[in-house]
Amino acid sequence: MNGNSSGQANGTAITHKSKSSLAGLLVLLGGAIALILSLAASIAYGAAEITIPTVWEAVVHFNPEIASHQIIQELRIPRALGGALVGAFLAVSGAVMQGLTRNPLASPSIMGVTDGAAFALVLTLAFFPAATMMGLTFASFAGAGLGVVIVFMIGAFSTGGLTPVKLALAGVAVGSMLSAISSAVALHFQVAKNMGFWYAGGLTSVSWTSVQILAAAGLAGLLLAMFISRSITILSLGEEVSKGLGQNTFLVKSIGVIVVLLLTGAAVSIAGAVGFIGLVIPHIARFIIGSDYRWIIPGSAVLGALLLVLSDIAARMVNAPFETPVGAITAIIGVPFFLYLARGERRGL
Amino acid sequence: MNKEKRNRFIAIITLLSLLITVLFIISLNMGVVRIAPLDVFKTLVGLGNDRDELVLFDFRLPRMVLALLIGAGLAMSGAILQGVSKNDLADPGILGINTGAGFAVILFIYFFQGSMMAVSTLGIFLMPLFALIGAVTAALIIYVLAWKKGIDPIRLILVGIGVNAGFGAAIIIFQLKMNPQDFMQAAVWLSGDIWGANWKVVSVLAPLILILIPIAFYKSHMLNLMNLGDSVAVGLGIRVERERRLLLMLAVALAGFSVAAGGGITFLGLVAPHIAKKVIGPKHQLFLPITALLGAFLLLLADTLGKNLLAPTEIPVGIVVAILSAPYFIYLLMKVK
Repeated sequence: MNGNSSGQANGTAITHKSKSSLAGLLVLLGGAIALILSLAASIAYGAAEITIPTVWEAVVHFNPEIASHQIIQELRIPRALGGALVGAFLAVSGAVMQGLTRNPLASPSIMGVTDGAAFALVLTLAFFPAATMMGLTFASFAGAGLGVVIVFMIGAFSTGGLTPVKLALAGVAVGSMLSAISSAVALHFQVAKNMGFWYAGGLTSVSWTSVQILAAAGLAGLLLAMFISRSITILSLGEEVSKGLGQNTFLVKSIGVIVVLLLTGAAVSIAGAVGFIGLVIPHIARFIIGSDYRWIIPGSAVLGALLLVLSDIAARMVNAPFETPVGAITAIIGVPFFLYLARGERRGL
Repeated sequence: MNKEKRNRFIAIITLLSLLITVLFIISLNMGVVRIAPLDVFKTLVGLGNDRDELVLFDFRLPRMVLALLIGAGLAMSGAILQGVSKNDLADPGILGINTGAGFAVILFIYFFQGSMMAVSTLGIFLMPLFALIGAVTAALIIYVLAWKKGIDPIRLILVGIGVNAGFGAAIIIFQLKMNPQDFMQAAVWLSGDIWGANWKVVSVLAPLILILIPIAFYKSHMLNLMNLGDSVAVGLGIRVERERRLLLMLAVALAGFSVAAGGGITFLGLVAPHIAKKVIGPKHQLFLPITALLGAFLLLLADTLGKNLLAPTEIPVGIVVAILSAPYFIYLLMKVK
């Protein structure tokens, strides 16, 4: 279990700068086009039949008298945009986590983040039943932070450091303890029903307000992530290399943790338990782009957005007219990938 | 076996049996309907009133007996898994075996029973079978995926976590297709709840678990040898892979049957063997019986606490177990290299 010894299989790729930028550009451009198309599909698809021209009409010449325009403006667009943002944020925070910890399994969903957020939400609903939407969002930020901090603390204080297995197991343990306490509290104070919307929520209840909250917190996180992306690239080569090059690793890591908190806190407070995007996407981005985090981070953002928007469409189509939780869809995509990583050569494991 | 150890073993076994008896009596008295100790005694010897008789014989006793059985079963399952995989952090719940069994039971109820509330008598007999199939399927998937020129303990755990998540997602999809009442019932059950306890369930599960546990005791010697490493065991003329599969099968069956009645209780299979090992040492002949008793005791304790601590709210036993033992697990995790 000596995890910190070797980094991702990216030590050599750093020299191929041209590959990084070219592939990065391609991913950004191709991803953006695919994202726009899938956003359009997501807006057009739903219980009420709406054609793409109508969608266009509703965006450019919005007419509140027409029902389909109302649906598009008030329900479909915020949902699609919210999905794109949540996907982007989860993917970027996964990328930052993997880069900082040099741990291929690091990602928000296995770090106790979602269970932490649910824990804080339950406590808030139980003890402050009058909490506003804003208050609940803030609570889930705090809870997400709590989850990450506990898991990291376990790593920091354990013999041999935070290896991938330990990280995964610590995530399982912290997650199941927090969710057990939440269930007990929810049962006792009878707020289980209010929690239902969150667990099964997915992207159903995304409104313009939530998109605004997401955008505010997330853009700050994304900017910070871009700001430290160069340092993450160097840090991902190893702590010693980074220190040797005169980097303040503590500062980089601290900013990284803030980025993760901002991005996952925002994502989880809106969409609930959506797993595996933060695990899968950074690996795909690294595979295509190489090892330069200045490209990996925006690339992950675009690809993460694309994956969640597509998963959300699938969630609505699989069992129409009922919705399957989008978290189940992403888990079905993500689990085989996780297994592949777990089986993989001991690259970084 | 030296004499001092043997005395210690006998002392611990006696102490645990005593503790279980005391807890059993306390637990009989407690609940939504309180029955005084004297009345409990009267009822047990057949002199009680009808109400007490109904509460004790039809509700409390079967549930408590099941708690003891499930606790022993899960603890033994964890102990065998840890021995076979040479991994101190193995547990049927963490590895996804419980979730696999739970998935099969959910499928069975969804397709054949219609409702969580009305499981037929035939259903009671078939449910352990389905749980077993689910547990075996999950174990097979984990074994095959973790196999790469042999089973590596770390890979086994990671693959288990992944398989667990996969079954979890599959369960959610089916759960959402049930009616809301069943949804809640299934959710509570999946987090570990001794549910639908009656004598019929006991009569199906008790023989199964009570046969499997002594088989595991009988295999103690084999587990000791496996601890020494494959090469030593092979050198002694043991067909290691065959024995390993047999023992795995045993652990999986114990977990599957326990899940059929108690839902997905995680961490018990991890904590009980650890404590047992701590008090008596790693020799399986000694620590397996203590593990079984300890598991039974801990689960009855958790169930009693869950029923009474926040009464009238009943906290499912799995939740109590998780709250009590996750910190211990985290402590172990921090110590293991």
